[in-house]
Amino acid sequence: MSRFSRFILSLAFAGAATSAVAFENFKGIGRPATPAEIKAWDIDVRPDFKGLPKGSGSVSQGEVIFEEKCASCHGTFGESNEVFTPLVGGTTKDDIKTGHVRALATGDLPQRTTFTKVATISTIFDYIQRAMPWTAPKSLKPDEIYGILAYLLNLSEIVPSDFVLSDKNIADIQKMMPNRNGMTTNHGMWPGAPASKGGIGNGGKPDVQAKACMKNCKTEVRIGSILPDYARNAHGNLEDQNRNFGPVRGVKTGESLAAAPKNSAELELATISGCMACHGINNKIVGPGYNEVQLRYKDQTDAEDRLSRKVREGGQGAWGSIPMPANEHVKEADAKTLVRWILSGAK
Amino acid sequence: MGNLLEQAGRLRPAPENFLSDEQVKAVASGRRDFLRKSFLAASAAMAAPLAARAADGDSNILSNPAWTTSLGQPVAARPYGTPSQFESQLLRRESPGLARVGGASVSFCPLQGLFGIITPSGLHFERHHQGWVDVDPSKHRFMVNGSDDSLIKRPKVYTLDELMRMPSVSRIHFIECGANSGVEWANVAVPTVQYTHGMVSCSEFTGVPLKLLLDDCGVDYKKARYVLAEGADGSSMTRTIPMEMVESGEVFVAYGQNGEMLRPENGYPLRLVVPGVQGVSWVKWLRRIEVGDKPYATKDEAVHYIDLMPDGQHRQYTSIHEAKSVITSPSGGQTLLDKGYYNISGIAWSGRGKIRQVDVSVDGGINWQTARLEGPIQNKALTRFNAAWVWDGKPAILQSRAIDETGYVQPSYGQLRAVRGSKSIYHNNAIQSWKVVESGEISNVQVL
Ligand code: HEC
Ligand code: HEC
Repeated sequence: MSRFSRFILSLAFAGAATSAVAFENFKGIGRPATPAEIKAWDIDVRPDFKGLPKGSGSVSQGEVIFEEKCASCHGTFGESNEVFTPLVGGTTKDDIKTGHVRALATGDLPQRTTFTKVATISTIFDYIQRAMPWTAPKSLKPDEIYGILAYLLNLSEIVPSDFVLSDKNIADIQKMMPNRNGMTTNHGMWPGAPASKGGIGNGGKPDVQAKACMKNCKTEVRIGSILPDYARNAHGNLEDQNRNFGPVRGVKTGESLAAAPKNSAELELATISGCMACHGINNKIVGPGYNEVQLRYKDQTDAEDRLSRKVREGGQGAWGSIPMPANEHVKEADAKTLVRWILSGAK
Repeated sequence: MGNLLEQAGRLRPAPENFLSDEQVKAVASGRRDFLRKSFLAASAAMAAPLAARAADGDSNILSNPAWTTSLGQPVAARPYGTPSQFESQLLRRESPGLARVGGASVSFCPLQGLFGIITPSGLHFERHHQGWVDVDPSKHRFMVNGSDDSLIKRPKVYTLDELMRMPSVSRIHFIECGANSGVEWANVAVPTVQYTHGMVSCSEFTGVPLKLLLDDCGVDYKKARYVLAEGADGSSMTRTIPMEMVESGEVFVAYGQNGEMLRPENGYPLRLVVPGVQGVSWVKWLRRIEVGDKPYATKDEAVHYIDLMPDGQHRQYTSIHEAKSVITSPSGGQTLLDKGYYNISGIAWSGRGKIRQVDVSVDGGINWQTARLEGPIQNKALTRFNAAWVWDGKPAILQSRAIDETGYVQPSYGQLRAVRGSKSIYHNNAIQSWKVVESGEISNVQVL
């Protein structure tokens, strides 16, 4: 810690005093957490499996749940690259033996998948439990998570297809994780106690040691890389991303905003209503592209009413198993406007 | 163009508010004589009125504009003030192709046009993993518990009402995403400082030191050497933080940002502030702190935010941002208007304390001059630097190099890659280079 922060500290605590007194000082603030409250929120699972709920699930059970609740974004085999990087792939039988994913060192990997990186199986259990499926986090029961995890382990060829994963045998599976030996904490970027004192890392010693030369530091300037032409123009018109007064101007790299067609009022409404996070005009994101919606309902006279109700109430099943959450924040009239816009070929 | 500048009162008929398409093309194509030619030997259409004006003076002075000759708007016409109608350019923007869905993506802060060290709250960079939420503060609860009953005497629940009654601190700190500049590890990939460095922002945060809350709960600091922070959003993001940092008093539970409440995108109504440590640890929508005796290997410290080294090992629990700096003006994707004087301006920061010195080079790192630091220089905050430069119209490469109070010197790309390779994604703090060509156009290059 710097001298400066120590200084602030002494200011911060002058008057607030030491721990024993502090409790007295904060009379009337906070209350004990009940056991039920702690149980409801304390869902984390550590590498030593502290916090792991009891339960079990088989590969085949997991496959069914995965297909229903996960495959639309991650692909049936966890291989999809559409919504996020693939979950499985890139690991070998040999990696399972060594605990090092070899392709990480050789570079024979088009893309790092979850299983090529993760060393601790607890991490995946914990994460699915707290955050997946993406649009309905914390909706899975422990047995479902065990099943899904068993299925992912099977896809990674770590367990056979008749395997049942449970709180009893998960520690054995940890010993087969393909990249279980792939982490190092020998670095200087942990801001706490070093490994030598029971913490992590080398105590803050930097690995890269540059010197500050001031004059005639080198004989030539070696350029390692320049901006490729396509990248110069790939971020819209830079002219519109700088003030039009001041010391410099943005370089013109595209159509200027003034010349570009304005977004339609409906598109603005869809954007501020949050619809565009899940729907593209011409592409599926989480929900169907608006073009597909138009195509499906173009001859149905009652579609407008039905769909605007569904937009506000949410629902699933028409396009797959991912639900559209309720959009109660959208006014009835706005929902109608949006649906009319979608059905007339949103632009 | 020299002639134009030498005229009395620097009367330059154009460009006042913009360069026309034609002018930009001319400048971009390297015809630096363009302005002189077009204005001195101007076409008949332009020449007459301009010449007349130039003789008497600037029409903006000679005849008063509407705002000088009319009544302005009343107070509170806009109860929550917004920027001028002329300030439409500097916005948070996504980098096309970086992420696939907007809910697990990044928007970058427009550093190219910002001044000083404080980021306007509405332009603060965003990084969400499961979309952002607007949490109702009256229903938000903050819990402190232990991974084990023996680590804490009194697990407690606090409301915002209660937290905001407690002693508060207000401190200015930078926050940077661990993946800032991540797309540039191997080669130049993006055109402007917004996209190379725009995942850093700096605010004054206000809140309660976490140490006071842990004291209040009777934490056993002998056994509890780590804390886990957890968010209240769908992702319920979790990260491990060392107890040493909490004990130092640096870590606080913040509700205020730049004088008002946090913005929803930044964790309203409560987020953790972990100075000097990458943004992912500053858990937003903070709902729970668990004290524990072991680190947690959460998803964002076991699958992401791990730095891939050339030998195939990932560095885990890398958290500190080492010293870094970047010139924000003039910078990539901009064009200089003229030869002559410029103020090279930029920002520097270090996760290990204060910035001690920033050096600037205009010849690609052969020679350096020490820049002026704008004070007061704060701990683990952005520091603004400025240096004088007279552009002679010749090619130049602008660079800045930060040195922090520990003596650590920001490395070049060559020095950084020699140790860490080019696949790390995280913690790229290499010296940024901006190449200036004769036309005045500036582009992103990497000097080894
Ligand atoms: C609506 C799309 C969607 C659905 C459905 C979905 N996910 Fe995800 N998943 C994502 C996104 C997006 C991320 C990345 C989130 C982030 O950036 O933190 C992700 C991340 C993950 C990760 C972490 C991967 C990594 O490398 O970081 C796992 C594991 C995962 N999902 C499993 C599941 C499982 C199991 C299900 C079904 C129960 C599921 N997901 C359903 C979109 C989805
Ligand atoms: C969190 C993601 C999400 C958001 C936000 C969202 N949708 Fe959807 N939407 C979906 C999904 C998923 C479906 C497919 C539901 C199904 O299969 O029945 C869907 C379906 C639809 C449909 C077709 C319904 C049907 O029965 O065929 C329409 C129309 C629609 N959305 C409009 C909107 C509008 C308008 C908004 C903004 C107010 C919006 N959506 C916001 C995810 C979303």
